[in-house]
Amino acid sequence: MHIAEGFLPAKQAIGWAVVSAPFVAVGLGRIKKVVAERPEHRMLLGVAAAFTFVLSALKLPSVTGSCSHPTGTGLGGIIFGPLAMAPVGVVVLLFQALLLAHGGITTLGANVFSMAIVGPLVAVGVWRLLRALGVPTSYGVFAAATLGDLATYVTTAFQLAIAFPDPSGGMIVSLVKFLSIFALTQIPLAVTEGLVTVVVFGALARFDAAVLSDLGVSTLAGEATP
Amino acid sequence: MKRTDVILLLVAVVLIVLPLVLVKAPADGSGFGGADGQAQSLITKIAPGFKPIFRPIWTPPSSEISTLIFSLQAAMGCGFLGYYVGLRVGKRRASEESKEA
Repeated sequence: MHIAEGFLPAKQAIGWAVVSAPFVAVGLGRIKKVVAERPEHRMLLGVAAAFTFVLSALKLPSVTGSCSHPTGTGLGGIIFGPLAMAPVGVVVLLFQALLLAHGGITTLGANVFSMAIVGPLVAVGVWRLLRALGVPTSYGVFAAATLGDLATYVTTAFQLAIAFPDPSGGMIVSLVKFLSIFALTQIPLAVTEGLVTVVVFGALARFDAAVLSDLGVSTLAGEATP
Repeated sequence: MKRTDVILLLVAVVLIVLPLVLVKAPADGSGFGGADGQAQSLITKIAPGFKPIFRPIWTPPSSEISTLIFSLQAAMGCGFLGYYVGLRVGKRRASEESKEA
């Protein structure tokens, strides 16, 4: 999902940064509020950030014969709300842009939008919907993390299709091409992220049940893993 | 760790290993490249006239250095996760022991 440094027209690079900025600002506010009101929640905030650090560093092989990486932003989204992951995503993506030439400064806005805004928003949307329908916690976490991960890569494909429409077939042809690179590759990796997120969430629910219920994450005691 | 956790992680491992077994990588060693890189070359195919608007300020000088930094990123995250789990398990044990005493 990393759009390489410089690989967006200038206007769109700026556009995505402008779109992402308010989400990051609100997310920062959310994190500040959590830390100010409940300093003991810092630990889980650290866990959410650390999880994203680990998962986004792991490039995994896929059935398409190429490699891609999970994002890890679903977990933190479920716990702290979707926007809290936006600033976390900025930190991870800046780290990779500056030290790895992976992604870039000019494409930071677009990459933050796909990985740290759309991904967690979709994850939390799926999570809340499934909870409202009475789906057990672990299934909800799995679906949320899996679909959030996938949504990030679909977003990247859209961003690139908008930026680089096919000269003969237009944006749709481009979209299909970029989706075939990103979305197909990502399906097994998204499932892997879903599985790992269920395990980590289960551990958090056992260790920090009080904190989770304080944050309004509705888990039933003892129900974190089936 | 619960038994279901072990099963879930085993499935995750199978999902990661299976592509390596099932997909035949081309003999020239070009298999399992990054999807990001593929997208980049697709861009240059779709829009051959496109010039990147900016170049990375710094690029890792070799794939070894790049691996080093990726490992560092994962290690930092794992370090914190390990610290958290250790702290919680230790706390739990301490409270169980004080209950027994």
